Amino acid sequence: MRNNQATQLLFELSKSGRRGAVYPACDVPSPPVESLIPARFLAQTPSALPEITEPDVIRHFVNLSTKNMSVDTHFYPLGSCTMKYNPKRHERLASLHGIVDVHPYQPAEDIQGMLELLYTMQQMLGEISGLPGVSLQPAAGAQGELAALLVASAYFRDKGENRTRVLFPNSAHGTNPASAAIAGFDCVQLKSTSAGFVDLDELRAHLDDKTAVFMVTNPNTLGLFEKEMATIAKLVHDVGALVYIDGANMNAIAGITRPGDFGGDMQHYNVHKTFTGPHGAGGPGSGPIAVRDFLAPYLPGPIVTQQPRHGSLDKAWTYHLTMPERSVGRVRSFFGNLGIIVRGYCYLRTLGAEGVKAMSEHAVLNANYLLAKLKDVLPVPQGDRCMHEFVASAKIHKERGISAMDIAKRLLDYGFHAPTVYFPLVVPEAMMIEPTETESKETLDAFADALRAILKEDAEFLHLAPHTTPVSRPDDVAAARNPVLKWRPHPAE
Amino acid sequence: MAYLYNTPEQQQEMLAVAGVSSLDALFDQIPTDVRLNRLLELPPALTEIELESHLKQLAARNLGSPERVCFLGGGAYDHFIPAAVDAIASRSEFYTAYTPYQAEASQGSLQAFFEYQTLICQLTGMDVSNASLYEGGTAVSEAVFMAMRCTNRHEKVVVLGSLQPEYRQVVQTYMQQIRCEVVVVPTPNGTADPAALEAAIDDRTACVVIQQPNFFGCLEEVQSLVEITHKVGALAIVSFDPISLGLLARPGEYKADIAVAEGQSLGTPLQYGGPFLGILACREEFMRKMPGRLIGQTVDRLGRRCFVLNLQAREQHIRREKATSNICTNQGLIALRAAVYLSLLGKTGLKEVAELSFHKAHYAADQLTTIPGIKLQFDRPFFKEFTLHCANGVEPVLKRARAAGFDLGPATSQFDLGKEVSHSLIVAVTERRTREEIDRLVAALGN
Repeated sequence: MRNNQATQLLFELSKSGRRGAVYPACDVPSPPVESLIPARFLAQTPSALPEITEPDVIRHFVNLSTKNMSVDTHFYPLGSCTMKYNPKRHERLASLHGIVDVHPYQPAEDIQGMLELLYTMQQMLGEISGLPGVSLQPAAGAQGELAALLVASAYFRDKGENRTRVLFPNSAHGTNPASAAIAGFDCVQLKSTSAGFVDLDELRAHLDDKTAVFMVTNPNTLGLFEKEMATIAKLVHDVGALVYIDGANMNAIAGITRPGDFGGDMQHYNVHKTFTGPHGAGGPGSGPIAVRDFLAPYLPGPIVTQQPRHGSLDKAWTYHLTMPERSVGRVRSFFGNLGIIVRGYCYLRTLGAEGVKAMSEHAVLNANYLLAKLKDVLPVPQGDRCMHEFVASAKIHKERGISAMDIAKRLLDYGFHAPTVYFPLVVPEAMMIEPTETESKETLDAFADALRAILKEDAEFLHLAPHTTPVSRPDDVAAARNPVLKWRPHPAE
Repeated sequence: MAYLYNTPEQQQEMLAVAGVSSLDALFDQIPTDVRLNRLLELPPALTEIELESHLKQLAARNLGSPERVCFLGGGAYDHFIPAAVDAIASRSEFYTAYTPYQAEASQGSLQAFFEYQTLICQLTGMDVSNASLYEGGTAVSEAVFMAMRCTNRHEKVVVLGSLQPEYRQVVQTYMQQIRCEVVVVPTPNGTADPAALEAAIDDRTACVVIQQPNFFGCLEEVQSLVEITHKVGALAIVSFDPISLGLLARPGEYKADIAVAEGQSLGTPLQYGGPFLGILACREEFMRKMPGRLIGQTVDRLGRRCFVLNLQAREQHIRREKATSNICTNQGLIALRAAVYLSLLGKTGLKEVAELSFHKAHYAADQLTTIPGIKLQFDRPFFKEFTLHCANGVEPVLKRARAAGFDLGPATSQFDLGKEVSHSLIVAVTERRTREEIDRLVAALGN
């Protein structure tokens, strides 16, 4: 029943003279273009864009969509990515007239509803993190990290301190060192303990008056809460440095504990993860940051502030765009990824305080349940308990020649998206599994059963998996050796 | 409780299997002294009906179309979005998927992004496009970082004063941090003077950032500027308007090294400035220095054509602090929108949109400048956007326009652009505007 139309590329559907969009006749005088601007500014030849009809375009992309796994079609326990259900109401509400069609240069007095929403979102994110200064500017988590590091840098510059180093454990997301490097810091990677925690001795040995920031993901990338977090924060603060919390794993702790309460000075959120973005096959995201009071003057802006409405007796406010007093500047143009922020706002307004707490509780319950169901066949080196995700190791199956990749690929045949594999680097044959709170026990049971069944299958058969997907085991090496990054009319042989 | 699906009985059963006594006990890893022993202070939970009503109330306090006819520009434009774009972007197989790490489970997105890369190359005449960056301003900054890597010059970058001022601010935010000098070449006459550029650059200059058409709407003598840039071995970064390429010379034609753009015009709504789309394309020789995802074509184990994330050794999850960028999540769904938009319009549709915008903008400029006290700020060729000088100040003009249901702008005085444009206003005209709307605007301002 599969329609093979989408095996063609868009460009192979093109035929000269076809079109998918028709525009009205010009209703104003239209003298020859060359009479209004010199020819040197004009294109010499027409663009090479294809010519396709609307039905062909639609059939092409709809058929392509069926070649994806997604949260709406499959269980998607991709660790660290928080692939929870994306409520449909968000799609409708983010598309409301008055939200979707607001131009970024409309004056503040004409968009008070929008600014009130954004102000409330800042307040909610400040409360959830226990860090009251919030900027919604960053476009994604990695940009949030970078923005926060710029804040730290400006803060130390104002204090006249020359701090050049950013420290992070070896279990950190790759974005942490990459962001630190762009912010102009030297990166120092610290080894973790064998149990996967921050190694306090290693940390002590590297902290000094050149340390600007210690970046730590908590819960960490092994799905464990850093029990010594208070000590870690104290050590960092004792040398005058700041603690950055990578908020990728907020889905485990929102409403339970707050980065600001366990020693964090700054954090980012991934609205597209924790507050159900959705993820769009690789964005758009939104990566707001929250910081302590003394760092708030340095936030990237603009941010939204409120003032009592002039002459008003009731509790009426007006909302304004403000550049924080000592702002590091803009980290992007315009305000932020509003479309994603609105979805996050809708989510938090649906959940309320009890709902946010329950979200974390059930994310952690689902992960612990799945861990318990799997640990005898896929051991979890870091113990029997986890937060919202856990990292299992397929190492014991290696002697039969079965790798984490084989298992991941075979899961696709069973109708489950694969977990994150080979991350974090500190666990051999890592399989990082994050079920999220929006999955039922039945789904988790079926996933566990599938994994158990797979581990009984023949190794040779698994090496060739997946067997039912449109393609199987693409040749990455050939792709990198001879990169083909666009379609060409006559493929080079 | 919203979005939780296990019954209380199942929860008990699951706790028992996990060997945990209660939901609360799940968190016993977290020391009690850092636990939040209260509920968060958040607004009360709303059902879907209540939420919809709340959002509609908020939205009603924002003016958009149809209350206001949009002549706003400055980097975000009210171009028409065919329904087919929304139909594809609302396929949840696309929008509820993650970054396509598992190629076999993501051929739909991977092929669509490969097609996006191809369409951007066809549009720009450049050799290689990545699979998207955040938006126009960060695309410029990423291009600047990339130029520094390509030239191995890290001390100085040059931007024209006619660059979108927020883009310039973004570049300054990042460059200040690594103590790289940002030299701004003033453009008091609306476009850059080639001699002034020549004087500003030297063999320490990594790149020159040019915008075409520029922030004031004027066309830069881009070909000469690129040639001058190349004389000192610097790279020419051109920030272009994608719609303009239905009419104007393509970055590949005038030998730009890196072409970047804000891609919002290609089928993405204004939504107060984001999510938008950062486009970045370059010459082939710089491919391995590019930031962001690249999708490549290959074959699978049975020899079938397929698509994968390619050249990942440039990226943060492999290369960490040596990566070409820290970008991870980019703008996949918005790139998809652009791909659908460009494939619907094709070469003819894009040309029509460009020509309609062009002619309507020129008609609007002709008519608006018949009003006493209003004239074109710069006597330069323009595309769909132009800068008006208002002798009696900008505020009265804006006020009158708003009262009549029109939004114009931005006013250039809100940016740091020099005193020459302290009484100036940008007007953008897309194919959506009609002669009737333009005439009404002119009547409202002329009264």
